[in-house]
Order: sequence, then C-alpha cells, then structure tokens
Amino acid sequence: MKRRNFDKALAATALGALAPFQIARAQSKKLRVGMLLPLSGYEGFIGQSCKKGSDLAPGVIKELTGVDIELMNADTESNVQTARSRAERLIDEGANVLVGAFDSGATAAIAQVAEQRGVPFVVNIAAAPQITEQGYKFVFRNFPTAVELLRNGLSLVGDLFQATNETPRTAVYMHVNDTFGQAMTKGIDAMLPKLTRLPFKIVEEVAYDPATKDLSVEVAKAKASKAEFVLLVCRLNDAILLRREIVKQRWNIMGIVSPGSPGMYEEQFYRSLGKLSDYCISNVPWYNPKADLTETVDRAFSKMFPKDKLMYNALNVGYTFEALLVAADAFKRAGSGAAQPLAAAIRSTDITNRMMLGGPIKFNAKGQCEGNLSACVENLNEQPMVVLPQAAAEAKPVFPWPAYKRT
Amino acid sequence: MSASLVVNVLVSGVLTGLVYGLMALGLSVIFGVVRVVNFAHGEMMAVAMYAAVWLFTSAHVDPIVAIVPVAIAFFVLGYALQASLINPMITRPEHSQFILLVAIATIISNLLLMEFGPNALSVQTSYQLDSYEIGPLLFDKARVFAGIAAVVCSAMLFAFFRFARTGKAIRACADNYLGARVVGLQVKRLYALTFGLGAACVAAAGCMMVLLVDVTPVVGPSYTLLAFVIVIVGGLGSMGGALLGGVLIGVSEALAGLLFDPAMKSMFSFALLILVLLFRPQGLLGRKT
Repeated sequence: MKRRNFDKALAATALGALAPFQIARAQSKKLRVGMLLPLSGYEGFIGQSCKKGSDLAPGVIKELTGVDIELMNADTESNVQTARSRAERLIDEGANVLVGAFDSGATAAIAQVAEQRGVPFVVNIAAAPQITEQGYKFVFRNFPTAVELLRNGLSLVGDLFQATNETPRTAVYMHVNDTFGQAMTKGIDAMLPKLTRLPFKIVEEVAYDPATKDLSVEVAKAKASKAEFVLLVCRLNDAILLRREIVKQRWNIMGIVSPGSPGMYEEQFYRSLGKLSDYCISNVPWYNPKADLTETVDRAFSKMFPKDKLMYNALNVGYTFEALLVAADAFKRAGSGAAQPLAAAIRSTDITNRMMLGGPIKFNAKGQCEGNLSACVENLNEQPMVVLPQAAAEAKPVFPWPAYKRT
Repeated sequence: MSASLVVNVLVSGVLTGLVYGLMALGLSVIFGVVRVVNFAHGEMMAVAMYAAVWLFTSAHVDPIVAIVPVAIAFFVLGYALQASLINPMITRPEHSQFILLVAIATIISNLLLMEFGPNALSVQTSYQLDSYEIGPLLFDKARVFAGIAAVVCSAMLFAFFRFARTGKAIRACADNYLGARVVGLQVKRLYALTFGLGAACVAAAGCMMVLLVDVTPVVGPSYTLLAFVIVIVGGLGSMGGALLGGVLIGVSEALAGLLFDPAMKSMFSFALLILVLLFRPQGLLGRKT
C-alpha cells in the first residue's frame, strides 16, 4: 500500500471509529453531566457539600422536567491542574455538559478546556469575574461575580450597621490569596472608597495562603492594627483556624463580617467550633426559604441525607442544583445533547421557578446570569439564620458579638 | 510594631518549630543510620494525628498523654515495616527504595481517605483555646505544651543514643556498617529498632501537632516536604541539626509573616533551604562526607 493510500485508510478508520461516539453523544436520551467538584483537598468539605446538591438533583429534576441525568463525578482535588485534566477526561468519556467547580481557579481552567473542546460548561459556584469576561461561547454562570457579590455584600454591611446602630470606624481586611480572594480584593479596593455610606476604613490588609495550617502570625498582625472588626474573605479551614486564634490571642473585636465568601456558614464550621461559631456573619447568596422549589429540594435533601440539614448546605446545594437544572432544562428544549444546540438552548434559558434569591435565571451575551441576590446570614445557636434583609429575616442581627466566655 | 508583638510571634515560631523539629528528627535518625529516606514520613505523621484524634474522641485521652501509647504502637509498626519490607531493599538501588516508600505513602493516604473521609478532624481539649498571659505577652497553652513535650521526647532520644548500650550500638552501625558487622552486632535488627524509633518520634510529633492543626488524609505530603526542608537545613543525619532546622524554619516563617507578607511564609523556608544548599550544602550541623 502506498503511503498516501495508507494515510487515507487510517483517516477513514479513525473517522469510522469516532463517528458512533459522536452520534451516541448527540442522540442519547440521557443527559450526561460531567460533575467537577473539589471532593478532597483543602476545599473537600465544601465540595462534599456541593455534591449533596448534585446527588439529589437527578431525582428532583426528573420529576420537574422529565429529563434523565447521568452524573459522571470527578474530583478536582482542590487543585487547578487536576481540575483541567479531569475536565479533559470527562469530555473524552462522553459528557454532554460540564458542571462545577466551586473554586474560581479550577473553574477558569475548566472553562478553557470546555471552550477549546466545544462542550457547554455551567458554573455552579465561582465568582472571579474573568471567567465570563473571556468571550467564551460555551461557558455559563448562574452565580454572582466577585463584583456583584461585593456590591451586595458591602451594601448589607451598611444595612447591618444601621440595623444594630453601630458605627465601627476601623476594619482589618483578611483574605485568602487565591484567585477568588484576589478578585474580591480588587473589588474591595475599587468599591470601598466610593461607598460613603460605610463608616469604616481598612487600617490593615492581611493576605494568607488558603491551605495554611496556622494563622497565629496573621492574627497577631491583625490584632496589632487595633481594628474594631474583621472584614474577611475566607474559605472553610482558614475560617475555623482564624476563629480559634482570635480567642487564643484574646483579641476583643466587634465581630467578623464576610462581604461574600464561603466558610462560616458551612456545616463543618459549626461542627468544628460549636458555640464559637456563633455571631460570625456572612453576606452571601442564599436560598429563598419561602420558594416552592426550596421546599421540594429540602424534602429530597432530608430523604437522601437524613442526618444533615439543607440550611447547613444552602448555598452549595442550591447553586449546584440550579446549575444542573439549567443544563437539564436546556437539554429538554434542545432535544439533543449535542454541544452546539445544547449551548444555544442554555443561552436562551429563562427559569423563573427557582430556589435561590434573585430574579429569573437568564444569561447575558457573556454567559453571565445577573440579578442573584445575597442575604446577611448570621450564625445563631450554631445554625445559619437570615437576619437581613428584613423581609426575609428569621432573626434579629447581633452585632457586636458578646465577649467570649470559656464554658 | 511593638516589641511584645515580635516576642509573641518569635515564641510561637520557636514552639511550633520544636514540634516540626521532632517530626524531622525521626526522618533524620532513620536516614542517619539506615540510609533510607522515608518518603512516607508525612503520611505516618497523619496516621499518628488520626490515632490521637481517635483516642481523644473515643476515650477522652488527651493528645499529650496519647503520645505514650501511639509512640509505642508506632515503634512496633516501624520495627515491623523495616524488618519485613525495607530491610530486603537496603542493598537495592535507591530508586527501588524510593518507589517502595512512595507506594506505602500512597496506600496510607488512600486508606485514611476511605476510613475517615475528606473532612478535617480535630481535638477540643479544655486548654485548646487558653493562653498564658505574662504582662503584654500571650503564649498559646496548647503550643507551650506541645513545645515542652517535643523537648522532652528529643531529650529522651538524645539520652538513649548517648547512654544506652543499644543506642551506642546503633551509632556504631551508622558510623561503620562493616565494622559493626565484624564485631558481631545484629545490624538488621538494629536497623529495625532505628526505624521503630524514628516512627515513634513522628508519632509523638503527630500527637502534638493535632493540638495545633486539624488533620485531613491529604496532609501527609506537605509534612514530608517540610521534614525534608528541615533536615536538609539542619544537616541530613544530624539529630541536633533536625531540631535546630525545625526551630529555624518555625521562626523564619513566623517572622516572615510578621515583617513581610503572611502569604509568603513558606517562601522563606525555601529561601533558607536554598541559602543553606549554596553556602553549607551539608546542612548547618551536618558533617562533610
């Protein structure tokens, strides 16, 4: 056989071998979802919490839309490079759509892969603005950007001070120095000077590694600033370390307020700290406790995880569930799992019956859903309670926090 | 920046460094005698931390008290590991030893993940959130206890190697392998004893470390790396060097966090490592070969 003929034969064989997989991917009656979450590593707790949302979603979504979802779970191991390679593998294994990945760094890496391979990617949780600022055609996000998170979060800080008649003048800004933390920091630097309604100045900024095992130096440095409260952008492990260290170093502050980061409303935070978890405040996107869909999801959650409660997983489960709902809804309308029609259907999403606070799920030209809202969530009696806005409040805000008493 | 702040941070760095040092001491002892680099060192420490958490939650055994049973158990396990798996590898090429210990590390990590899940576990002792207050200075109680326990454990190990007959025999093996065999020492048994002692050191360090940090199944590699940095800075095979290296790393991280950017803490330990490799490659207390 001549080399040219051999090349043609080889190409024909390759096409023949690949064609059935393409057809199978496009015509499958099941939506194959490549679910990417940090199930281990330093973000493992939150990834596991998100996974509860993806575990219950197929059953609830089947009832709501009639769509069958086949989940293909992958662990990003809280590592950006692993996230990238797992995304590649899920696409190779026939995922119609990718969903994930909680962490902004991992999500940005997966977005690149999804775009290169032409497979739709619905972000569940990740706030770094650049994810939907790259002109990607296959990346969609139903979660506020860091700018939106901050705008909502800082506005709620003002509301909190107003509701409690407190006017702290100084804050120390402590934050993780990962992709998310840096995006939030840029936002705070840009936004805070313009918000004249907020009475405080940041007197010290302390950045730290999110995988840190010890925050004693960071807290000592923050304490030396004599700030009245901590403005915190954290993850989970570091939030636990920080709260303990504040007590150890007998730092008497008014409290910790997060303008929109995970950590302090996670189940593990309550489990690790007990009463010490109380009075920490997070201004974060939250579910609407009065929405019908929340009740449906809550029922499914209680059935599937009888020892756990939805309130401890609110944001993680809610947004992960909604990401899968977006994918399933689009799959139903597209009538196909093929990438192009599925992406087109996601782009024209208009879901009004939703679980999380905010307007309908609609994506703009950049693939970003605007109008997701935050609530001021304070830990009271070792559980997250909405304290603001007043319309959705379950309890009154407590600020400053009572001094720590050793029990 | 006040003097009390600097002293607070310095003392905290020294106390943490002592625990780091004890952990690295185990690695250094094993390498100094057996000439095998234990790449499963961090994972062994993670197992010890889980053992301390388990003893605390199931039987309310304080981690400081748990040092005794956990160290004894680790001594037995270390002895068995050396006698059964590592001794046959002693004469094999170094990459075979490396792969064996990396395999052991991977198996340990995955077993921990299967048994305990990815969630971080911790102990909550009555003194965990307390501090000693001396004027403007505040010393974290748990850190003070852990530091003292590290000093006691290290002193016991030093005394064993200096005064006990078996300790002297182990040193003889380390100094002159052939000579030790010629005078009739059971070298393989002494190697197993040494590995057991190294494992007991890491077990003690793990019990103390659980007072300072939470434990997850994936914590091992970072401690293995840290132990390597410490023993290279202090001098591979030098017991005093391991402790000195631990304290130096603890203090340099603490001061770097205070004087520069806390996010750059670990960068300073590696900078110290590079400086030592450049100007004193055998380590601060290591001997030239």
